[in-house]
Amino acid sequence: MEKFQKLTGIAAPMPLVNIDTDMIIPKVFLKSIQRTGFGVNLFDEMRYNRDGTEIEDFVLNKPQYRNTEILVAGDNFGCGSSREHAPWAIADFGIKCVVSTSFADIFFNNCFKNGILPIVLPQETVDLLMSDAEKGENARMTVDLEAQEITTSDGEVIKFDVDPHRKHCLLEGLDDIGQTMQKEASIDAFEATANASRPWV
Amino acid sequence: MSPKTLYDKIWDAHVAHEAEDGTCLLYIDRHLVHEVTSPQAFEGLRMTGRKVRAPEKTIAVPDHNVPTTLDRAKGIENKESRIQVEALDKNAKEFGVHYYPVSDVRQGIVHIVGPEQGWTLPGMTVVCGDSHTATHGAFGALAHGIGTSEVEHVLATQTLIQKKSKNMKVEITGKLNPGVTAKDITLAVIGETGTAGGTGYVIEYTGEAIRSLSMEGRMTVCNMAIEGGARAGLIAPDETTFNYVKGRPHAPKGGQFEQALEYWKTLFTDEGAVFDKTITLKGEDIQPVVTWGTSPEDVLPITGVVPNPEDFEGGKVEAARRSIEYMGLTPGQKLTDIEIDTVFIGSCTNGRIEDFRAVAEVVKGKKIKDGMRAMIVPGSGLVRAQAEEEGLADIFKEAGFEWRLAGCSMCLAMNPDQLSEGERCAATSNRNFEGRQGYKGRTHLVSPAMAAAAALTGKLTDIRDLL
Repeated sequence: MEKFQKLTGIAAPMPLVNIDTDMIIPKVFLKSIQRTGFGVNLFDEMRYNRDGTEIEDFVLNKPQYRNTEILVAGDNFGCGSSREHAPWAIADFGIKCVVSTSFADIFFNNCFKNGILPIVLPQETVDLLMSDAEKGENARMTVDLEAQEITTSDGEVIKFDVDPHRKHCLLEGLDDIGQTMQKEASIDAFEATANASRPWV
Repeated sequence: MSPKTLYDKIWDAHVAHEAEDGTCLLYIDRHLVHEVTSPQAFEGLRMTGRKVRAPEKTIAVPDHNVPTTLDRAKGIENKESRIQVEALDKNAKEFGVHYYPVSDVRQGIVHIVGPEQGWTLPGMTVVCGDSHTATHGAFGALAHGIGTSEVEHVLATQTLIQKKSKNMKVEITGKLNPGVTAKDITLAVIGETGTAGGTGYVIEYTGEAIRSLSMEGRMTVCNMAIEGGARAGLIAPDETTFNYVKGRPHAPKGGQFEQALEYWKTLFTDEGAVFDKTITLKGEDIQPVVTWGTSPEDVLPITGVVPNPEDFEGGKVEAARRSIEYMGLTPGQKLTDIEIDTVFIGSCTNGRIEDFRAVAEVVKGKKIKDGMRAMIVPGSGLVRAQAEEEGLADIFKEAGFEWRLAGCSMCLAMNPDQLSEGERCAATSNRNFEGRQGYKGRTHLVSPAMAAAAALTGKLTDIRDLL
């Protein structure tokens, strides 16, 4: 997995609440058996007309937001399906950090598996970042994972929380499976005990 | 020992390793797999030379992409869909997991096949790369959806990296009125909590109205726990559960069943256990409901009217305005005045035999409205066979419904069953998101009986008017 350490980039505002996984990547694009190539269809139905031309006033189509790396979004971002194609599409587009007041649980988990940092902040802080993001290219925020700080384009510093284990994995770009396999003895032991006490499983 | 919730008990029985910061490896008893979220996971195993740790606990079945028309034996026309299903055929064989291919009568929606075959049992941990895995919580199993990276993690290690969620109790007291079903309960709860209300929680559904539900109804309730944002939904197992499980192909038999039963009877929330949040609804207060917008929280009793966006607060004002425009509705419009083009009955929410019995009761001897497109899609080949044996299929066909083969069908439009632009559908499925059932398609979520009523009248209809 790609490491996430410190990022300075353009932030785009998407204030709509309940942006669901079907909006992030409609199911017609889930048919690939690869992990890459989904970025072009990120937010497909909001981003393109039926004939494939771009919808001009969609935020990521505006010239100043084409290279967005940070998304500031409305509440309950990523609700709906467990499809990891949603974070794959976000990462493939080039977005590495999403800020909101809350995220759907499975989506939140999936982000960390793909080098994306989801940050939860209180409403008033998200509102502040949303206004900052509205400045377009002039809104280059910095997200520093090590320090757990976002610095706005005005230099205001905002602290955020992140789970220590997940922070460590993102900073180092660690693969979960490899780490879990180091605990194989614990799994073997658990399995032996469980097989004895619940043999029908 | 301090009193525990049902979730606490199942969690504690599955922690294989706990790190100092509380991050746990949770052992997984059953891993269900379908064709959409698994190909990249199997590919990951191949690339790293890893094996499936417990193929005997891994069950695969194609469902999302599978056509449901009667001619499907001729193959899948869409190339990408075909490749996904073929990839599952290949991966199941190569990695030696249990498999129900499209040609098998037991094939169906993964969340219907699991319980039907007795793979899902009380007290288990069950995962699947699909958010509606919550369905299996109806058995008192801790069941939730996972992403593809986690699918690969479970395939390789039979564990999941987890932190414990909080406990939430949703109590539905008393009795349901005629015409009110499990679907109305689960939608009414989401209407109450919102789609983010359950975020960070595992919900246990309790109360007389829940206890009175069949296993099918309980599965409907738990299925939509995810739409309320919860990690999982649970219902403590009881005689209804044990009777359903007994005799299923993969349920324990003989002495082992008795041993299991003894354990299953310990799976309840202890007196005095603490829930972090409790919500109580009176069963008598729940009415037949319908969604008007593009989020499952946009729920109202069928007697209501389309709301005004200004009635909401914060970011929801804009979301409601967008929903109402997308849905082609007008604030103040009576919900029963909304005309329907299509009726879809099926999905992991409402594709079981009891759902079809409810539909048959409404449509028996009647005809669907002229020009109505109406389809009934069984959740599995065995549900289809049973509906035919009970004479339900004949009732449907005589009424004018298409009677399909098993699959996810129009619930998510990854297969040929889709809505066209502007087409309005009364659906028994679980999501009314923009584009969910097809590009610019419009979805109203309802119970099977309400969907049947809409098929007859051509409008969203209060089922109580037809009782």
